Amino acid sequence: MKPWLLGILVLPVLALPLAAQDTVRVGITYQPGIRPGLVVLPSPGLDSVHAIVARDLDYSDRFEVIALAQPSATDGTGRSGAPLNFAFYRTLGAALAVELLPAPNGEVIARLYDLAAERLRTEVSLPMDRSGVGEGRLGVHRLADEIIRLATGQAGIAATRLLLLNDEDKRIWRVDADGAGLLPVTPAGIQVVSPAWSADGGRIAYTQFARDGSRPIVLQVLATGTRTTLPTTGGTQNITPAFSPDGRSLVFARMAEQGVALYALNVQDLCCVERLTGGRFAENFSPAYSPDGRRIVFVSTRAGGQQIYAMGADGTDQELLVPFDFGSTGNSNAPDWSPDGATIAFHREVGGAPQIWTFALAARSLKQLTSLGRNQDPSWAPDGRHIAFVSDRSGRRQMFVVDTETGRVRQIMTPSTARLPAWSRSLGRPRQ
Amino acid sequence: MRRRLGFVPCALLALAAAGCGKKATPEVAPLPRDSAMAPPSRPGTPPGNPGPGGPGGGAEAGRAALLADLGNVIHFDYDQDAIKAEDRPILDRKAAILKANPTLRIRISGHADERGSDEYNLVLGNKRALAAKNYLMAQGVDAARIDITSFGEERPVDSGSNEAAWAKNRRDEFEIIAGGDRLVPPK
Repeated sequence: MKPWLLGILVLPVLALPLAAQDTVRVGITYQPGIRPGLVVLPSPGLDSVHAIVARDLDYSDRFEVIALAQPSATDGTGRSGAPLNFAFYRTLGAALAVELLPAPNGEVIARLYDLAAERLRTEVSLPMDRSGVGEGRLGVHRLADEIIRLATGQAGIAATRLLLLNDEDKRIWRVDADGAGLLPVTPAGIQVVSPAWSADGGRIAYTQFARDGSRPIVLQVLATGTRTTLPTTGGTQNITPAFSPDGRSLVFARMAEQGVALYALNVQDLCCVERLTGGRFAENFSPAYSPDGRRIVFVSTRAGGQQIYAMGADGTDQELLVPFDFGSTGNSNAPDWSPDGATIAFHREVGGAPQIWTFALAARSLKQLTSLGRNQDPSWAPDGRHIAFVSDRSGRRQMFVVDTETGRVRQIMTPSTARLPAWSRSLGRPRQ
Repeated sequence: MRRRLGFVPCALLALAAAGCGKKATPEVAPLPRDSAMAPPSRPGTPPGNPGPGGPGGGAEAGRAALLADLGNVIHFDYDQDAIKAEDRPILDRKAAILKANPTLRIRISGHADERGSDEYNLVLGNKRALAAKNYLMAQGVDAARIDITSFGEERPVDSGSNEAAWAKNRRDEFEIIAGGDRLVPPK
């Protein structure tokens, strides 16, 4: 039996008065690896908000979410001021309860109850479009992330989006992390590849297949759709862009007849291209910055096959990062540095099929996360815990998300094939 | 044997409507896949169809044959960029035509099958295009007359997931970018 349940059983049932201002943290302490039960109480008049928040809390993989049926609009079975039945929710296995209430100013209040202590732990109120459609979904997701932060002290990933390449139209699309809100981002009739987010979520970069055969890197502002070709990338062959965490630099690979080298440019002033890797007849590509912006992980063929290397952001101190001498020697590609800086995710061929691996930098230990089908192109969520990747396990290539703590995998459904996912940072901040 | 993939779409159109050049496929198509492969066709000169024996018909037929030879696709083994022995005559013919037509410029685009890493396949396509360029240069064609580019696995000719489809997709395509209006055959 879980220790926190024992604690609940020996507690006398107290009828503590609800104190709306009481934000003292008592009772449950969040422990990674243990998922407390969390009940989302019925929320009359907030059907969409209730459904989206409950799903976001489930997809955070930090709770055992216990869904209670929403009351129908007419039967009047809401809580409507009656005291919370703490004991009943505890019998469902819950340690926490979330209540969603409409506020008169158009906001939605989320109240977080500690069921063992039988008291309100804290509450938060955020403005949002309660219909939860279109851009309004992001406001609801932010409320879910606030609940996760208040309950666990950890960042949520509800208010994030993924970019993906749609094979049907060769455009980049975006989708909310819960799989809703799928929309095209790049213009119709233009073939592109390799989407990358800026850290603030306001811009993306990608390689365009220009009609003249060149492969420019294009910068697109999401709010306006304004597209800019980065200097020196027109008329040349450029692939795999990646933004620095501070948004000042963009690193990419340029293909030339002497090999493929990494370059960085100042993406604020659109100037000052600098070559980072030397060496003729080697290929260096697929870069990603460390979260502090000081190092870059990338793929190089300098020793033969494709393997994972790292270097300083100025190109110095280049090293083989992920060892390939422990029996697993397959080509390794598509590295991505975790937001906490501790782990590199990448894919490596095992028996002819790529699989998702992580490499823990401090312990220098490798872990294989997938084995079913072909799995590739991992991208870290901003919580440093979830990874999006592409798999053909269900037939055509589709996007999946794995929780590296529990191993739980869910699919993000898209109508066509989905490839090359890129996970944003948290999008937008709640009201300060 | 020679008129392979490069001209299939146009040839099919010519058979169906006898007007490939005149009523070209609309350029508004989201992905005009074939425009990258087909030579720039002049109005009223459907390649491979010299017309009803009018004056100059023989010359047009000769030009169509040269265009077909320039457009012939070559193929590669899995994860390789080496020119296969069977493709050397195809490249030798292109080199001869290029040398006989000094204003002719071409672009070679390298392609990969869907296996292998998506982003590495962009690199592999570049290597395949470069392999053909190096071969043509070794035959005496000036490097400045040959552009190269890569589509990686992003523009397959066969979307199947089997060896037959993959074999077709691992290829170099050849496109005329200048000087293709008047062509003389190699001596």
